[in-house]
Amino acid sequence: MSSVDIQTVLPELALAIYAMVALLGAVYTGKDALAKPITWITGAVMVAIALMVAGGDGAHASFGGMFLDDAYARFAKVAILLAAAAVLVMGEATMSRRGLLRFEYPILVALGTVGMMMMVSAGDLMSLYMGLELQSLSLYVVASLNRDSVKSTEAGLKYFVLGALSSGLLLYGASLTYGYAGTTLFSGIIQAANDGHVGLGLLIGLVFVTAGLAFKVSAVPFHMWTPDVYEGAPTPVTAFFATAPKLAAMGLFGRVLFDAFGGAIGDWQQIIALLAVLSMFLGAIAAIGQTNIKRLMAYSSIAHMGFALMGLAAGTEYGVQAMLLYMAVYLTMNIGTFAFIMSMERDGRPVADISALNQFAVNDKLRGLAMLILLFSLAGVPPMLGFFAKYGVLIAAVQSGLAWLAVAGVIASVIGAFYYLRIVYFMYFGEEGAGVEMKMSPAAWVALVGSAAIVVLGVVNFFGIETAAAAAAEALVK
Amino acid sequence: MVGLEHYLAVAAALFVIGIFGLFLNRKNIIILLMSIELMLLAVNINLVAFSSFLGDLVGQVFTLFVLTVAAAEAAIGLAILVSFFRNRGTIAVEDVNVMKG
Repeated sequence: MSSVDIQTVLPELALAIYAMVALLGAVYTGKDALAKPITWITGAVMVAIALMVAGGDGAHASFGGMFLDDAYARFAKVAILLAAAAVLVMGEATMSRRGLLRFEYPILVALGTVGMMMMVSAGDLMSLYMGLELQSLSLYVVASLNRDSVKSTEAGLKYFVLGALSSGLLLYGASLTYGYAGTTLFSGIIQAANDGHVGLGLLIGLVFVTAGLAFKVSAVPFHMWTPDVYEGAPTPVTAFFATAPKLAAMGLFGRVLFDAFGGAIGDWQQIIALLAVLSMFLGAIAAIGQTNIKRLMAYSSIAHMGFALMGLAAGTEYGVQAMLLYMAVYLTMNIGTFAFIMSMERDGRPVADISALNQFAVNDKLRGLAMLILLFSLAGVPPMLGFFAKYGVLIAAVQSGLAWLAVAGVIASVIGAFYYLRIVYFMYFGEEGAGVEMKMSPAAWVALVGSAAIVVLGVVNFFGIETAAAAAAEALVK
Repeated sequence: MVGLEHYLAVAAALFVIGIFGLFLNRKNIIILLMSIELMLLAVNINLVAFSSFLGDLVGQVFTLFVLTVAAAEAAIGLAILVSFFRNRGTIAVEDVNVMKG
């Protein structure tokens, strides 16, 4: 371990040390009385570390290649940190109103974020596993943060059992990969699989690793935990699940597929394409019958993961770039949408019924309009950013000869548009009903209106993140 | 002579038993936790067998990491199980059904 190694992991190290100091500080002093300042400070620390990461350049491999710091990792890390900070800050008021703002919450989110940063930087099966578990273990606990609620603990239990199963699958694949490649380093595995195909042992390893990762990105047929966990967890926590961990898992997926198995694209392309098409269709069709908006968002995120996987399935540099852009846009839209959902209340209790939104936009023009823009963008209606994100992955699929996948994607997004537009219909033309009170903190208001503005204004030039995504894709696909 | 393939066969059998334990068990969540441990132990056998076969220590280092994480995972699983039991008064798998869809 040299000083260069430390330099490379400095952002992770800083966040981990901050989390531990905050934990000790809170335990020995004010405990939950300190929860509010810790939440805000954690958000600020994450933004500061995001700026620090964004300032880095070049590609460094440290700890003998186990930890990689390149443009790809940096793009993902900045997005993860900003999304986690946004979710923490905008959920703070909601959490404290429901009596859930314990000091562990921001600390667990910070530790989970360290895990996610390790995931996207992994250069070895061991660092992959450690990052993934650090993230997962934090998420299991925050899912059941509302200890006195049957739903929340049930969500945590389901997430734990299925998450542990997926870790088991991934590890079994990792052990076979290690055995048949003779090394756990991605740079070594790629040499064992560089003539376009992999041996049978390595192929089985690849399939198991893919299945484990598909669990984490909630791709069909490994999606069954998603709706229950989204529904049961407290809404600000659901907002966290729907954003940063999804990008981290997708980033890790890209790492494994290109860094470790980049020489055998033909072997995994069809698996990823199948996952993509199943996810898009199940996400689009199963969401239609939902009455709970959190469950609906779960199916929506399954469908979106299908589109992002389409970018990976293309197996090209442009495909990775489209995937990263798609995920960045997805994070923005979901932060705004969940800022809205977490503020829905009636008589001091959270409501998640879609019918509660009847006539909402008639009385509350600005927030109704912001939600309309976000829903249109989620559905992929031009000229919102969501359309251009979808367009990118579709082009990537067509360019690499997967025209059937692109056609399936268009059909699925048309089916999926129905349920987004149904919410808009309820908001503008629904029947007069019990209605909903919006208890929105200023931070959540900024998140909602800000992301709606980004989704519209970003059409001009994606705020320049397209070049960053291109550099990131170039760093991954060599 | 016991070769690599025998170890791999034992590991694969244990792994499959673990998966079946997760999906077929209708009784008790503790059995789910045991099944998860069984899967991780199968992985450990694989890793150690490969490590000794390849003459490479990395597999054994990996095993130590897996063991450590498995312990942490079991602790968190039991903690969640305890808070679930407090709310629901049962740990039967068929009672984990408040949310369906």
